[in-house]
Amino acid sequence: MTEIPAVENAITIRDLVVDYGTRRILDGINLDIPAGQIMVIMGGSGAGKSTLLRCILGLKKPTSGSINILGTEVNGVRARDMHALRKQMGVAFQGGALFSSMSVAENIQLPLREHTRLDETTIEIMTRIKLDMVNMLPHEHLMPAELSGGMTKRTALARAIIMDPKLLFFDEPSSGLDPSTSAELDELIIMLKNSMRMTIIVITHELDSVFKIADHIAVIGEGRILETGTPEQIRASTNLEVQDLLHRKARETVVDADAHLRRLVGEEE
Amino acid sequence: MECSIKPEAGYDLLQLSGEVDMHFSPELRETILERIKAGNPLLIDMGNVSYIDSSGIASLVEGYQTAKTANLAFGLLNISGAAMQVLTLTRLDKIFSLYTSAEQFRQEL
Repeated sequence: MTEIPAVENAITIRDLVVDYGTRRILDGINLDIPAGQIMVIMGGSGAGKSTLLRCILGLKKPTSGSINILGTEVNGVRARDMHALRKQMGVAFQGGALFSSMSVAENIQLPLREHTRLDETTIEIMTRIKLDMVNMLPHEHLMPAELSGGMTKRTALARAIIMDPKLLFFDEPSSGLDPSTSAELDELIIMLKNSMRMTIIVITHELDSVFKIADHIAVIGEGRILETGTPEQIRASTNLEVQDLLHRKARETVVDADAHLRRLVGEEE
Repeated sequence: MECSIKPEAGYDLLQLSGEVDMHFSPELRETILERIKAGNPLLIDMGNVSYIDSSGIASLVEGYQTAKTANLAFGLLNISGAAMQVLTLTRLDKIFSLYTSAEQFRQEL
């Protein structure tokens, strides 16, 4: 019998608790994120997704619990080691977080200039390689204010991958985008996983994207993990809160405008 | 990463192995540019490269461009697996001259 190799975890989270004052935001999170795969963390507003992301990135100190990233225990890690760990992480923030005074290319090059001693030609070529990957090469001289929502997301993604990180975090890649642009970004995320050995963690509440890109899904609700599994396992979940989230989102996504109007004016039972 | 030069009849063979990442790509770049500056056609054996990141790819691109300007042959030998995937992703598989045997490269000199 062929032995199935064990999948190494890129991130392991155990009993993670975060309190803000008397309010518990994360309540005992346990999560394994397998290396080289796409993990989608989904949940409604206020579920704790962003707080979890901030804890993983070392931007928020948890009240208790542990986070192990690429073999390093984050809690209590020395600043220098955390700095080294962060170099292996790329983050594409929801709003892009681009520097308004820098062009697209300059924004993308920034991590290379800050963290490496690569020569200028290498930096220029690397920048163009990443711009080409995200279809932004013709727009390298544009300023952030001149970009559409999709172009901003793609630029943020190019900056997040410029250092060839082992871990890529993408916060709400589809928010504010039309379905076509959103689908393009989904394909890009899958391509990065397949070709660049990246472990990708996507935070989103967009159901279409979730089931298209995820190898694994973790559903969060009220600071707890409600369910983890493959997309098929999540669809088949008997957890009522998970089903409610899936169907509520489905209702939000597919709106029959006429029927909705008829319901609102009381013409339909 | 390990990188060694083997002079062959009419060209230099650069044998690469291991992982080519940001830590090692400056060494790769320097070696490539040095051989081209010496006026030698260059064949890079990528058969034992398990991983190459975009800084390594950038070194190959710069080498290719420099060789082209100097009218020297520049080829990649036995590229496969993850390294080939990165080339395909960046569409550089259409740019570089790829070979499956050194003899093939030699015949084109």
